[in-house]
Amino acid sequence: MTTTTTTTATATARAGVEVRLEQLRRTYGSVTALDGLDLVLRPGEMVALLGPSGCGKTTALRLLAGLEDADGGRVVVGGQDVTRLPTNKRGMGMVFQAYSLFPHMTALQNVAFGLRLRKVSDRERTRRAGEVLELVGLSAQADRYAHQMSGGQQQRVALARALAIQPTVLLLDEPLSALDAKVRAQLRDEIRRVQLEVGTTTLFVTHDQEEALAIADRVGVMNAGRLEQLAPPTDVYHRPSSSFVAEFVGLSTKLPATVAGGRADVLGVSLPLVDAAAPPGPARAVVRPEAVGLAAAGPGETGPLVGTVVATSFLGAVSRVTVDLGPAGQALAQLPTSDVGGFAVGSRALVTLRPDAVVVLPPA
Amino acid sequence: MSPRRVTGGRLAWLGSLPFLAYVGLFLLAPTVVVAAGAFTDTANRPTLANVRVLGDRTVVDSFVNSIALSAASAVIGAVLGAVLAWVVVTGNPDGALRRTTTAVCGVLAQFGGVTLAFAFIASIGNQGLVTLALAQLGPQLSTGWLYELPGLVLVYSYFQVPLMVLVFLPALDGVRPQWREAAETLGGSPWQYFRHVAVPLLTPAFLGALLLLFANAFAAYATAAALISQGAIIAPLQIRTALTSEVVLGQANAGKAIALGMILVVAVAMTLYALVQRRSARWLR
Repeated sequence: MTTTTTTTATATARAGVEVRLEQLRRTYGSVTALDGLDLVLRPGEMVALLGPSGCGKTTALRLLAGLEDADGGRVVVGGQDVTRLPTNKRGMGMVFQAYSLFPHMTALQNVAFGLRLRKVSDRERTRRAGEVLELVGLSAQADRYAHQMSGGQQQRVALARALAIQPTVLLLDEPLSALDAKVRAQLRDEIRRVQLEVGTTTLFVTHDQEEALAIADRVGVMNAGRLEQLAPPTDVYHRPSSSFVAEFVGLSTKLPATVAGGRADVLGVSLPLVDAAAPPGPARAVVRPEAVGLAAAGPGETGPLVGTVVATSFLGAVSRVTVDLGPAGQALAQLPTSDVGGFAVGSRALVTLRPDAVVVLPPA
Repeated sequence: MSPRRVTGGRLAWLGSLPFLAYVGLFLLAPTVVVAAGAFTDTANRPTLANVRVLGDRTVVDSFVNSIALSAASAVIGAVLGAVLAWVVVTGNPDGALRRTTTAVCGVLAQFGGVTLAFAFIASIGNQGLVTLALAQLGPQLSTGWLYELPGLVLVYSYFQVPLMVLVFLPALDGVRPQWREAAETLGGSPWQYFRHVAVPLLTPAFLGALLLLFANAFAAYATAAALISQGAIIAPLQIRTALTSEVVLGQANAGKAIALGMILVVAVAMTLYALVQRRSARWLR
């Protein structure tokens, strides 16, 4: 098995190249999709572009692929300016959101299509396409047509087709969004495994935070055509660089706080700051649900962190409980489901805050 | 108690009852009458004399002409219609070009029969507007061909082209932009995409439409009857002759045998159409 994997990886591997998007601009009429985007992908890494609909992430990917022309800026791949190079000369592999397999071809023919265009001999392209299909675990489906495969299998074939040409860059345009949750998680891990194996520089566009945080070396959070933050997933989650990132990535509770002496006083609890340089004064502290705990409130117990449970959500191993703290707002706690029994809707609860460093935002 | 669906289930077919009744009354029943009549004489006794007519030289020629006419007008209609449909589909899906073209084609595809024949006679017939106008300028337009097979090809193409546009547009709409983009990212030029992806994908739909156009032309009668009052160069006109000619009076059942021959030709065309449509529908849904 190990030998096979090594062989297939060799067949598709290509040294990762650096990709630079410099001051990319793109407008559609009066709408600015990209407003001077700067993004650098290091050789061989996978960057996930994350952001709300219309933030420009797909536009960035399409400009990199050459499927659209930039109004300004440069696209540099491996040191070569490809801004004006047509798509079919860029040598990039792309997996689309909707199933884009050619329906009149089998899985093997789809994978071999790029090699056929490169005039690779029949025998060689069948061998190489077979190897890449094996890499994505679909050798047994080589003779099947798209309509004979599941959505997940089709996307694997699409991935194999993109990899078969040994692309300089792999582009993934929300490749998992049309799949059900279980297949999505499986294929996400599969894509990551294959990407690490072949070492191709990869840009992964998604609107799914969990997907982006799970799969990428670095996550780029986009907003209104600009990159808000580009950092490893843990940094994006725990050390958001802007209020937009803090609010967009992950669930959180914003509680009133006062910054003083390099710490934040959150409803009477002193917490360290992520950014010690935060300006002193009133602020909002961003508290993640997993940093919030609950305890039963005693009869007649009062205080800024005592409130009423207003909602509980069962998520399997964990549950989320929302506690109304009155004028301070609502606190969201994520607890093991086994600990949630005593916090029925309407019951009183005492909110506790783990002493994690918090990000503070300007007051609302 | 949960509300029951009034549609679906066992009673769903009730909605199609009027249509089925219509088809039964005006398609199946006449077909049975024609088939039965083809094998009986005027006294309703079984006979093969009627179907032997199908071997007569004039009848064979009329079938050959009908097939040639249908094939020629279908090919012309299919090619020109496909090009027009391609032009329409590459434009704005909500644009004026598409709306205008589909509306015009919707009308022209049904613009056959006597009206269409008259339009051509009035334009380029013996005393047609264009013929007379040109004659005043000098050149004498030859018009005899309009009343022969080449004329029928031209006139039939008039409704075949718009029909092709209507039939082929949904197939072109089914070609996903991602297929072109995928081909491009894999290194394909526009020509390679056209050759390796678009053409193979659209071929079943194109052939299906071609067969539909063939059947459409093969079964057309009124246009030819209005243009050609003498002689029976195509099969439908042979049926007219069998039913109305004073020379061969009493040959009504021979006409039914010719009609049966036409039904068989159309049945073959439509069976092939159904087969290629099935593949097309799977690819371009």
